[in-house]
Amino acid sequence: MLGLTVPGLLGLAVSFLLPLLWLFRMSLNRGDSSGLIVEAISLDSYGQFLGDPYYWKMAWETTQLGVGVTVMTVLVSYPIALFLVRTESRFKGVLVALAIAPLLTSSVVRTYGWLVLLGNQGVVNSSLHSWGLIDEPLALINNKLGVYIALVEIMMPYMILALLAGFGRFNPELEHAAASLGANRWRTFWRVVWPLSMPGVLTGALLVFVLTISSFITPRLVGGGKVFYLATEIYDQATATLNWPFAAAISFILLGLFATVIVLYQRAIRRIEAQ
Amino acid sequence: MTHKFKGWPNRLVVAVLYLFLLAPILVVAVISFDTQSTMAFPPQGFSLQWYERLAQNEEFITGFKVSGIVGGGVALLALALGVPVAVALTRYEFRFRELLSGFFLSPLMVPGIVLGLALLLVLAPVGITGTYGGLIVAHLAITVPYVIRTASMSLMTMNRSCEEAARTLGASAWTTFRRVTLPLIAPGVLAGGVIAFLISFDEAVISLFVVGPQATTLPVEIFHYVETRTDPQIAALSVVLIAISIVFVVIIERAAGLRKVLR
Repeated sequence: MLGLTVPGLLGLAVSFLLPLLWLFRMSLNRGDSSGLIVEAISLDSYGQFLGDPYYWKMAWETTQLGVGVTVMTVLVSYPIALFLVRTESRFKGVLVALAIAPLLTSSVVRTYGWLVLLGNQGVVNSSLHSWGLIDEPLALINNKLGVYIALVEIMMPYMILALLAGFGRFNPELEHAAASLGANRWRTFWRVVWPLSMPGVLTGALLVFVLTISSFITPRLVGGGKVFYLATEIYDQATATLNWPFAAAISFILLGLFATVIVLYQRAIRRIEAQ
Repeated sequence: MTHKFKGWPNRLVVAVLYLFLLAPILVVAVISFDTQSTMAFPPQGFSLQWYERLAQNEEFITGFKVSGIVGGGVALLALALGVPVAVALTRYEFRFRELLSGFFLSPLMVPGIVLGLALLLVLAPVGITGTYGGLIVAHLAITVPYVIRTASMSLMTMNRSCEEAARTLGASAWTTFRRVTLPLIAPGVLAGGVIAFLISFDEAVISLFVVGPQATTLPVEIFHYVETRTDPQIAALSVVLIAISIVFVVIIERAAGLRKVLR
């Protein structure tokens, strides 16, 4: 009954497929910084990106951001997920809800929260100052450091959800078994717990990486317009410089980065499953 | 449970990580009652002045209305488009089924900033940027996948013998769907609609490209406000929004829970 899918296909065509095709066509035009768009079939915009070390650096820093935030998010989410799987507390339901609740808050709001925390007169700086640990406020916003901190926190609920789902096969009995067979805690963790949690870690890592390199609001607001990644550059080129062909070309380069990561991810999965 | 995993160092680490996770929301809640007008800490005193100003902020009130109307429209349209697709994908075998299912999920793999720019290029020439219609179209691709997912889950887990009985007794496919299937999958459909509404209501990046002076959504108003000013009015607004989403979740939980009790 393909007929049932026709309205959905039409909707998706108008709101997704057509716009992307249009965007691709736009990326082949020639544009300049005066906002003039010359109809053409050329790869000039891609060439402008690939021929400029500045943009190579930006693509590299975007990848670094994705990898860095993903690794740190795994590190800070893993203990919470493990705790939630193991706990027999009466408040388990509440604790799970608290870990995921931030997803109900828009990322604009949580980004604002981080501005309040990390600003020059913010919670962190004023606390350190009143304890006499610093004289001058630490630069925690309008730079990369702030973007990393805020993004890690914003990605945590997604990672915790993925880890909890991936821990489905985990059973505390396995830990007891390993311990009673004489494995120490460290060995039990690396040989039993960590391998069992790998599916969740990998799912969460892909999700967080993809969300991080496409995030715009947080790098923009916490970076204060002084930190440049591919997503912020697309926005600047489209709205400030008005070089739409170039913005379109960067969009497809970002999508290319996505595709590369997903292919690498699937290879990694296959390799792990083969073991 | 072994005691060695319940040691206080582990608990301390978990507590600190929870604090990190909830810090922005906590600090927003505290600062919304502050008396001073900069983003400084600690608070200087208790006042409701930011809530009072919020109640007089025309931009936020209008943005709230726009986001509500757009979210409602998106939810209804996403259900109208998504539920039939879910029925086709779960009830019928046909060629390209897997491909089709992947295609409907693909918008979630495209960054909002890319989709926003792409939609701007298509919607601007037609002249529907900054209208309710334009915003609803813009939010459709990212909400339909969720409706398909929740509706499919209900369709796969429901008991199909009632459907078969209805068909055997001579009901048409449409009557069977309307009188038997739809009531049974109602919780999944409702959940899909609510998720579509919430995603649309929260969506900021795509909207950034598609809004206009006639219709600007609340997240875009907040984004522009935070870009230029940092007074706690945003904090007050955030607390109101968090309260609303909690109420929403409780209502849905009660509704879905009640349904189970009644069945």
